[in-house]
Amino acid sequence: MILVEIISWIFIIAGALLGVAGGIGIHRFPDFYSRLHAVGITDTLCASLFLIGLVMQTGMSIASIKLCLIFILMFFSSPTSSHALADAAFLGGLKPQLDKDDD
Amino acid sequence: MNYPVKHSFSLGVILLALWLGMSGKFTVFMLCLGLASILAVLYIAHRMDVIDREKFPAHVNVPLLRFWLYLSREVVIANIDVVRRIFTPGKSISPQMFELPQTLKTDLSCVIYANAITLTPGTVSVNLNKESITVHSLSKEAMKDLCSGRMASLVPEDYKDE
Amino acid sequence: MIFTVAALAILVTILLGLARALLGPTIYDRILAVNMVGTKTSLLIAVVAVVSERTDMIDIALMYALINFIGVVAVLKFISQGNFYTAGKDEHSK
Repeated sequence: MILVEIISWIFIIAGALLGVAGGIGIHRFPDFYSRLHAVGITDTLCASLFLIGLVMQTGMSIASIKLCLIFILMFFSSPTSSHALADAAFLGGLKPQLDKDDD
Repeated sequence: MNYPVKHSFSLGVILLALWLGMSGKFTVFMLCLGLASILAVLYIAHRMDVIDREKFPAHVNVPLLRFWLYLSREVVIANIDVVRRIFTPGKSISPQMFELPQTLKTDLSCVIYANAITLTPGTVSVNLNKESITVHSLSKEAMKDLCSGRMASLVPEDYKDE
Repeated sequence: MIFTVAALAILVTILLGLARALLGPTIYDRILAVNMVGTKTSLLIAVVAVVSERTDMIDIALMYALINFIGVVAVLKFISQGNFYTAGKDEHSK
């Protein structure tokens, strides 16, 4: 029992750290398209680790079913909204800063 | 070929499972309310004509599970890579934008592929048409990884229209 | 204790996101930041619900995640067309 608690704490703390890393990332990266990748961190692994940790805390109950539903919803909706943003920016004429030097 | 009836039925079963999972109260009154709302949703879905030829989501098979396993591993690896790039001082990224040719046959597997590209941090699908996907990637390594076509070969393809 | 740290980390992330929403040079940066803040808020509500053991609040987190997604798509439609009532040009088919 205590093992599950410790594992869930590790998951939640890792998720929190990843969230802060993503938050720093959207200030660190230079243009819109690269910031999308930083937000990708907070949308995928950070949210997943948080929700898995919370499911471990609640155990088998209605709450964990709902947490799993949030997980599924985020899993399907976050790439869709990322793609919608990138697509709208691209069609709106926003040019990415590309790295052209070598290669 | 009466797919509307069959697919309405499977949609109803999924909605019923969802309602039972969400409510957690099993009195007769609440069950009647749930049944009424499910019937209302089925009627609205029928009116909106959203029950179509596409099979309803419950087609989980072995290739799809294998793809999900591969995808979750990729997501973890890509996350670690992007976090490393965020905390590397100086210029740590080399953004690329390129056309990725794609040969997937059905629309659904094409969408699954584009969504999988977007889901892994470090690559975002920007635009999508029949022949190619425009991808923005954070680094040259991620670009080479995608161009090797490993992910595309794992996308399950046997979604035939009934 | 552990939940306090988690909630504080989420709040710091929300703060960083809000700063980007204020600073963001383009409109897309602002929408991106608002999208991230919405995701984090939904997680924050879930954490608070688990801590206070009021499982009804998880429903609110679920709804927040849904509305966040729909809101982002609606705002994108608005800025790319200028209104909500036209069907939009089919720019993908060219």
